[in-house]
Amino acid sequence: MTNDTAPEPAASAQATSGGVDAFDVTLRIRRYNPESGDAAYWEEFTVRALRTDRVLDALHTIKWEVDGSLTFRRSCAHGICGSDAMRINGRNRLACKVLLKDLDPSRPITIEPIKGLPVVKDLVVDMEPFFASYREIMPFLITGPNVPTAERRQSPAERARYDDTTKCILCAACTSSCPVFWTDGQYFGPAAIVNAHRFIFDSRDEGAAQRLEILNDREGVWRCRTIFNCTEACPRGIEVTKAIQEVKRAMITRAV
Amino acid sequence: MPEAPAGTLYRGREGMWSWLAHRVTGFGIFFFLLVHVLDTALVRVSPEAYNAVIGTYKNPIMGLGEAALVAAIVYHAFNGIRVTLVDFWSEGPRYHRVMLWIVVGLWVVTMAFFLPRHLGNVFGGH
Repeated sequence: MTNDTAPEPAASAQATSGGVDAFDVTLRIRRYNPESGDAAYWEEFTVRALRTDRVLDALHTIKWEVDGSLTFRRSCAHGICGSDAMRINGRNRLACKVLLKDLDPSRPITIEPIKGLPVVKDLVVDMEPFFASYREIMPFLITGPNVPTAERRQSPAERARYDDTTKCILCAACTSSCPVFWTDGQYFGPAAIVNAHRFIFDSRDEGAAQRLEILNDREGVWRCRTIFNCTEACPRGIEVTKAIQEVKRAMITRAV
Repeated sequence: MPEAPAGTLYRGREGMWSWLAHRVTGFGIFFFLLVHVLDTALVRVSPEAYNAVIGTYKNPIMGLGEAALVAAIVYHAFNGIRVTLVDFWSEGPRYHRVMLWIVVGLWVVTMAFFLPRHLGNVFGGH
């Protein structure tokens, strides 16, 4: 049937929706149910998807139409809230930012929870160790007793210094991509250091010395081995390893 | 325990594999040094004992082992410079991938000069 005047492509065997090609895609999902007492296992689901669909849309289709027990986090679904970080085809990604068509849908797409944090159920992990590290670096403006009468002025150059690290959405894609963090859960992790960087290099902040002291720890920035998994995993494109390196250098020179 | 067994291998890129190779070569070099300190210490026991032990190294299997040792040290040395630059040169993190390929290139050139001469000595039977 035709519903528009544009010429139909010849041999349009594939089902279309709104002029968008549909295809079948198989998702191989790492599942874990704490109440069953069984170990984690793989389960495959094949669903119909559009070329414009993201991995998150396929997960929604499964949860809403196939198996309601599939458990994952998501909130805004637009790459801002940082809820749906998961391991897609072996790499940490936000499910809401990866298009299925970019993943070679002819092969099953593996989906696992992020590594290094305890799995609660299916794709949901306990984020508490991650946020504990985040709180430890004091992610808030620290100022002295002298409150200026006007606003705290900052030049564009001073603002640019920490611009990259303001983009963090705390999705944990970086921290849970770090081999050091997998084997040593005490390591602060890239995300905590990125958020420390955001305040250490803020000209209005006066807590840099305290934060550097916290990160100048056995489990602090010196654990970083410049593996660059974090930089590659960051859905916001933050140069994470570069930020960590700047904190290291600030610690050596004690000059911010 | 809420911990599920590990799933697939994380598919990291050049940075992860170069770090892994750095670790493996570092471990290998450490164990070589351990043995090396022990056999060198034998010269304090007696020069004859030292010569006897060093003499047992002169066979093709140890010769291949020496080739692997040099390969590991050359990689570890060049990549060590790269890691240092990543940390101390402000533009290092942006060029870490380019620097890795330079490391690999230097490794290939060094080994191309070393291997023919070394293997010639080992298997040449001069």
